[in-house]
Amino acid sequence: MAETEYAVVLFHSTQGAIKAERVLLRVGFQVKLIPTPRQLSSDCGTALRCAWADVDAVCAVLREAKVEYDSVHKVIVKE
Amino acid sequence: MIYLDNAATTWPKPPGVTEALVNFMQNVGGSPGRSGHRMAVEANRIVYDTREALATLFDMDDPLRIVFTANVTQALNLVLFGYLRPGDHVVTTSIEHNSVMRPLRYLQSLGVDLTVVPCSPEGVLDVADVEKAIQPHTVLLAINHASNVVGTIQPVADVGEIARRYDLLLLVDAAQTAGAYPIDMNQIDLLAFTGHKALFGPQGTGGLCIGERVDLDRVLPLTRGGTGSQSELEEQPDFLPDKYESGTANGVGIAGLGAGVRFVLEQGVENIRRHEQMLTERLLAGLQDIPGVHVYGTHDARRQTACVSFNIEGVEPSDVALRLDEEYAIMCRPGLHCAPSAHRTIGTYPRGTVRFGLSYFNSIEQIDAAIEAVHRIASKARVA
Ligand SMILES: Cc1ncc(COP(=O)(O)O)c(C=O)c1O
Repeated sequence: MAETEYAVVLFHSTQGAIKAERVLLRVGFQVKLIPTPRQLSSDCGTALRCAWADVDAVCAVLREAKVEYDSVHKVIVKE
Repeated sequence: MIYLDNAATTWPKPPGVTEALVNFMQNVGGSPGRSGHRMAVEANRIVYDTREALATLFDMDDPLRIVFTANVTQALNLVLFGYLRPGDHVVTTSIEHNSVMRPLRYLQSLGVDLTVVPCSPEGVLDVADVEKAIQPHTVLLAINHASNVVGTIQPVADVGEIARRYDLLLLVDAAQTAGAYPIDMNQIDLLAFTGHKALFGPQGTGGLCIGERVDLDRVLPLTRGGTGSQSELEEQPDFLPDKYESGTANGVGIAGLGAGVRFVLEQGVENIRRHEQMLTERLLAGLQDIPGVHVYGTHDARRQTACVSFNIEGVEPSDVALRLDEEYAIMCRPGLHCAPSAHRTIGTYPRGTVRFGLSYFNSIEQIDAAIEAVHRIASKARVA
């Protein structure tokens, strides 16, 4: 079974998650909006997932674009 | 049919607006900001993209500092009720719409101090009068960007400069200007706009742009409730836009508004303004030439929006409007236009005026037909 390491970024606002997606897609990152994983937060909103290898670059882009994020988590998905 | 009631609500809308509404209903449909499935996320993207288009239009860095409301009235109420406390002083003008005046009169009855700075009979605000009205406990200047009765454009940049100098907030009612006249949020702290006029969105859309100088802790939300964010908390979130956006958004309406704003951006506000100013100039000249017709305002298309008020001697405004509709299929709005104070200012209270509100979609031929119709109605009135 293959394991993939992802970063999951949580945001205050669900509109913040969309802003992050728009900004990151524009500069060429592969990202996906997913329902916020229950293990990370009991929020019912949207989180952003990207490759763990991209996490530093992604966070730098978000800070640069002044997209406020709540927290970043490492998630391992067995596929 | 000639639609000249665009100062109330614009018609027609650009084709993309209807397409966006239909697309949302047929293909999107999810609840923006609630759930993370693709339909909900797509709805949320559409809402965000409308914010982004508006931020581009008003020159704002962060689209999340725009809060959606049902119309400009709700956006104005949010600021007036959320920010003003008994003992605070607020300065407004005599040209305001009732969506500013009524909340302020009510707040006055609760102990908020209110100064209404008079505008000239042409509807012009003197910035020096605003400055003179400021007191030590003044916290807000609430100013109409352009009159919905005579179209007069107020010097918002100068008032904004005063607001910064005295460390006050400037609230601008941009109902008549957003989409039709350049607006720069760098001069304004709180910009209230409505979606269904020159932004070409559907009715039931509008919002508030919140500048960087606004202390969010001082502005209470009018409604509290579900935001899709921080569901674990029983307290309202304190970040934008969620703090002021409780309850499911008007997703379909905001989708249409986005298409309207993108149309404005594609055409360019300068080009829209140029066309409307040309039509206004023609209309003003044509109406002023008609014996028995009195036109209000500055009589200068450069100093007003495409909203023109006039009266015909010996005919009540409501009768003029009825005849324009029935005999010439021209739609306009007679009366007081929800702005009794503005009519007192220009000297037309309680009779009111006939108002032609033009839009980017009106043509020279339509303006000439409207002038001709007024001409005929005025000639008959003189004979009678
Ligand atoms: C200057 C002005 N303020 C406020 C409003 C109220 O707009 P709405 O009914 O969209 O809230 C209007 C238009 O009706 C207006 O022209």
